Amino acid sequence: MNYLEFEKPLAEIEGKAEELRAMGRANPGMDVEKEAAGLDKKASDMIVSLYGSLTAWQKCQVARHPERPHCKEYIETLFSEYTPLAGDRSFADDHSVMGGLARFDGQAVMVIGHEKGHDTKSRIERNFGMARPEGYRKAIRLMDLADRFGIPVITLIDTPGAYPGKGAEERGQSEAIARTTEKCLSIKVPLVSVIIGEGGSGGAVAFATANRVAMLEHSIYSVISPEGCASILWKDAEKMREAAEALRLTAQNLYDLGVIDKIINEPVGGAHRDRAATTEAVRNAINAMLGEMAGKKGSDLRDARRKKFLGMGSKGLAA
Amino acid sequence: MNWISNYVRPRINSIFSRREVPENLWTKCDECGTMLFHRELSDNLHVCTNCGHHMAITPRERFKALFDGGVFVEVKVPEPIADPLQFRDQKKYVDRLKEARKTVGEKEAMLVAEGEVGRTPMVVAAQDFGFMAGSMGMYVGNAIIAAAERAVALKRPLALFSAAGGARMQEGILSLMQMPRTTVAVQMLKEAGLPYIVVLTHPTTGGVTASYAMLGDVQIAEPNALICFAGPRVIEQTIREKLPEGFQRAEYLLDHGMLDRVTPRGKIKDELVTIVRMLMRQTPAVKGDLPPPAPKAAEAVAPAEKPAGKAAAPAAKK
Repeated sequence: MNYLEFEKPLAEIEGKAEELRAMGRANPGMDVEKEAAGLDKKASDMIVSLYGSLTAWQKCQVARHPERPHCKEYIETLFSEYTPLAGDRSFADDHSVMGGLARFDGQAVMVIGHEKGHDTKSRIERNFGMARPEGYRKAIRLMDLADRFGIPVITLIDTPGAYPGKGAEERGQSEAIARTTEKCLSIKVPLVSVIIGEGGSGGAVAFATANRVAMLEHSIYSVISPEGCASILWKDAEKMREAAEALRLTAQNLYDLGVIDKIINEPVGGAHRDRAATTEAVRNAINAMLGEMAGKKGSDLRDARRKKFLGMGSKGLAA
Repeated sequence: MNWISNYVRPRINSIFSRREVPENLWTKCDECGTMLFHRELSDNLHVCTNCGHHMAITPRERFKALFDGGVFVEVKVPEPIADPLQFRDQKKYVDRLKEARKTVGEKEAMLVAEGEVGRTPMVVAAQDFGFMAGSMGMYVGNAIIAAAERAVALKRPLALFSAAGGARMQEGILSLMQMPRTTVAVQMLKEAGLPYIVVLTHPTTGGVTASYAMLGDVQIAEPNALICFAGPRVIEQTIREKLPEGFQRAEYLLDHGMLDRVTPRGKIKDELVTIVRMLMRQTPAVKGDLPPPAPKAAEAVAPAEKPAGKAAAPAAKK
């Protein structure tokens, strides 16, 4: 288990329980179980209390947890017959964006998402989930395909942001993002999004301009990373805690602002402590969201999507 | 995204050179160092007469030079809710806004107007980099939507001059939501069959470039304008190498196929009119500096401070 900085006390207790049990195994006569169970109880109480009151910055850490389920895992667990479709037909295939045809609950869908990778090799291959223009253009192509055949689109969002690189800029990163958002607002099929980890700025909204947007309880969605915001407005990147708080990037804040439609509860201790329960909760959420759109006319879905975004910002946070 | 650190100096310079200018002030060109008399500079649309460097220009000054006779009517922009996040960094957002309003003398970072440009009815929106780095918050979003709605109602083209450091962080996620919102505005124009021409001016970056500023039917940029998604400093930190000369400047983007044209400020008016009239299947334009449109002059509101007569002269060099 990879412990986050604020989980240090928890790591200690769990470590002690583990030590005790190891001791018990080494000395068969010693009864450690009672004490170890006490520690277990203490640890699980601590998880409940820690995760019951996460600060905005702690949520950023949970959202970025290396063991948090990523796009690939959701695709493998929730979809069948996943058939990846590659390339933007202009330049390359961007491995930070997964996408293809698949079946969700028997129904044909187009699934598109950012994949961060889970170890050094795959992280590099996936460019840490930071898409280049090719990734956005691939998404546009897949959305077009889905649109032509009347297939719903499901997007899974988990990106620190679009990749800030030389080639990405030269090949029109901003244009690619703008066109993706435009495509989201044009297609006449149901479009649902789940923010499963990090919703990083323009790179995220380009995939999340959807009829319904759900967010996992401890994921984040923001115009800029807390670190970036802190270095600009506080002139000190170490003020990320303050920035995270000020940006209102938690699912709870965004729900209150009317930016997202649904919060998906995570297991106690975060998605990474019970991956199966998490993916199952996401399955139910997608099912519910698709259900809300079943039988609706394509042009109505598109118009509703546009109207939804035009109306955004009509309510602020209560004082 | 790193608009403050990248643009503090040019921003200060621009505020200095454009606003609250005492009558006898000289401005130093940041490119070639020539001292320019402020009247000569504003007559030349804030383009250095020596080296052609394009300095910042306020939306109001641009409109004076752009609309025939300097006459335009402002399009009303719906007021968004104030400070939706109750944002506070080292200062309160409401205080930053107040301060910007005081120094700039405008309500927000975008001005929208309708009028005639070369006898061609148009709606024009211009972003004000001097106002909190032109950043896109709810007001700017509302302004673009108002501009598009007005253009559709009047069946006129929309020309938009962009200039921004990106999204307004103090409005958090709601500033990010202006990307889809303004995209819907662009779609309104497209579906009404009306031209949407974007003129990118220095600098246009971040979420602004990644939404309405890159969705024009025709994309024009002013010379040497910085146009990018991620700023050069962020990229240098990411890839740890020096960027080539002219990277992310208008000419570089033109070479990479990201723009239709790079056009000096003095020629933009004629070019806009030419393009728009062809797209609208109208007869060729009457070019140059025209007096205000006669019949509607009574209801038009001319900007008050200065008579606009001579100010627009350089736009009509042909």
